[in-house]
Amino acid sequence: MTDKLVGTDDTETVMLPGNAACPGCGGSLAIRLALETLGKRTMVVVPACCMSVIEGLYPKSCFNVPIMNIAFAAAGAAVSGLEAALKRRGDADETTILAFAGDGGTVDIGIQALSGAIERGHDFIYICYDNEAYMNTGIQRSGSTPYGAWTTTTPVGKNRQYKREFKKDIPKIIAAHNIPYMATASVGYPKDFQKKVKAAKDTKGPAFIQVHAPCPAGWKYEGRLSIKLARMAHACGMWKLSELKEGRMSIQRRPKAFETIETYVKAQGRFKHLMDEEIAEMQKRVDADIRDFYGIEGEIPLKDPKA
Amino acid sequence: MTTREFVTGNMATAHGARMARADVVAAYPITPQTQIVEHISEFVADGKMDCEFIRVESEHSAMAASIGASFGGVRVFTATSSHGLAYMHEMLHWAAHARLPIVMGMVNRSMGPPWAIWSDHQDSISARDTGWMQLYVENNQEVLDTCIQAFKIAEHPDVQLPLFFCQDAFILSHTSAEVVMPDQKLVDKFLGKRKPLFKMDCDNPATFGNIMSPDYYMELKYGIEESMTAAKRVLAEVGKEFGDVFGRPYGLVEEYRCEDADAVLVAVGAVAGNARVAVDSLRKKGKKVGLLKLRSYRPFPDEDVRRLAARVGTIAVLDRAIPMGAKGQIASDIMAACYDMDERPAIQSHVTGIGGREVSPAQIETIGEQALKGGSSTHPTWLGLKEA
Repeated sequence: MTDKLVGTDDTETVMLPGNAACPGCGGSLAIRLALETLGKRTMVVVPACCMSVIEGLYPKSCFNVPIMNIAFAAAGAAVSGLEAALKRRGDADETTILAFAGDGGTVDIGIQALSGAIERGHDFIYICYDNEAYMNTGIQRSGSTPYGAWTTTTPVGKNRQYKREFKKDIPKIIAAHNIPYMATASVGYPKDFQKKVKAAKDTKGPAFIQVHAPCPAGWKYEGRLSIKLARMAHACGMWKLSELKEGRMSIQRRPKAFETIETYVKAQGRFKHLMDEEIAEMQKRVDADIRDFYGIEGEIPLKDPKA
Repeated sequence: MTTREFVTGNMATAHGARMARADVVAAYPITPQTQIVEHISEFVADGKMDCEFIRVESEHSAMAASIGASFGGVRVFTATSSHGLAYMHEMLHWAAHARLPIVMGMVNRSMGPPWAIWSDHQDSISARDTGWMQLYVENNQEVLDTCIQAFKIAEHPDVQLPLFFCQDAFILSHTSAEVVMPDQKLVDKFLGKRKPLFKMDCDNPATFGNIMSPDYYMELKYGIEESMTAAKRVLAEVGKEFGDVFGRPYGLVEEYRCEDADAVLVAVGAVAGNARVAVDSLRKKGKKVGLLKLRSYRPFPDEDVRRLAARVGTIAVLDRAIPMGAKGQIASDIMAACYDMDERPAIQSHVTGIGGREVSPAQIETIGEQALKGGSSTHPTWLGLKEA
């Protein structure tokens, strides 16, 4: 395979140079990759999230496709209405409707509207760029924040009140809707992500993609390390690449051997308070997750840390 | 062909949406609005109405889907009541700020707790400052006629704002009355198709609703206010044109036996019907009392109010809602409208019909009698309140 990205349309005309994202933003990379794949006949619906800022301050915009901002809880409902209007206009078939939302707007406040839209079977793509907290409001915990993380609403303090709950398993919730297409992806693996965006575009009916989008400001690391961190998350089993197509589940880039979570966790300021025994506790849960997801019984194959 | 049918207010609403050829309907059921959703479902199922009907999972989504559809450039209708309107409150602001001419049938119902499904106007009055036009109707004919006019007013290039029209729970929504069904061809000619000034369009891409600094935001709000003012003229024009075509003219207000009145009652919605009976009875006794029915609450018809206020001694306002800690809302608006008059009438505030409490013509007569005695309210009187 060549380095040409799948389904590439005229890049320059879809997303314009310059935007208001932080350097190293996983979310802005995710939408660029998605729009390059979807092309110009795309309409985007954005609820409150970092993307509402990344677009640019009025009267400027970094997008050269029609974008409609909508209230936090409302992305799923707004795409439902837009899809209905396009059917009436007669240009539903040639147009892709994309909802692009953060994790809070997806797994928390927007879950009802999203669930309704999928259940009703509207023809749209929903991409959740998961940066694992309310980053636009300044790093507050969401249902998608991983166990152990510091956020401004889970400050560590004297009582070690870091996030004590594990990340909400939104793919399982979405899968329970018998959705025609669903995938998990990562900006660390752009070709895999774009293939999935293309598959979502080719799906008749709702399609959902959760893409891991590292956030330098919220996770506390240097912006140049975003891709590296996304790959580390996958390598230690804290993020998975998967596809659920017409009820059949497949796994992409299954690691032959797993890293322990230690390197990934210690590379980020949001976990810096964790003591060794707390990391060990977290590892136990990640191990259970890995066994469940990859179907591993017994020992999880580990990478030789010296290799 | 014009026909006559015996229909409820809810059925008249559904017929209005059908005759206006709404392209998209997104609605969620709530008593007492449910029948509107059911009737539209039946129209669609029977092929009598050609539209995309989205059976959303909440009122918040009903309005969000309406916004999405209206951004698509097509004609959009929805309906709700009470808690449903409160639940979509955020999206009411969104629709107005986005300048989307969505039309909504509102059935007035009290707010809980406790659960109470009967009429008062607290729900719609509480949505006063959202940038929606608010009209009130007196009977089922007005329901249908107003629904049709609503699209023409909202979609007018000088207005471009959403509109809801209110009917009282059960009194109108579930009570059948004879309604003249206009000829569909005439309705089509009267309304035409929606011509959006902007829409989601891949050939002409724009970003709608991104962050706006203080350098621009104030002008956006001023634009809405200017359109609200223009809506007064458009409401009157459309009401007159409707009269020319269908024989039933409408305005922002309706004066009933006000010509030589010493005192005037002000009412909105179905209470206006009982107020007419009260006025007739007082007139028979030689007491010069008239009725001002407010059809438009937002925009507020200041000029019409002042014109009448200049000729009468007292205005007695029947509010079917209470803002808590202040006078009745419509009474306050009328006081504000009259404040800068050289000689203003006495203005009395009465709170009536809360939670569906009956407002009888006899009770309204007592208000008329009191109005003739003059004197303004320092605080509202509660009509029909039981003694503790």
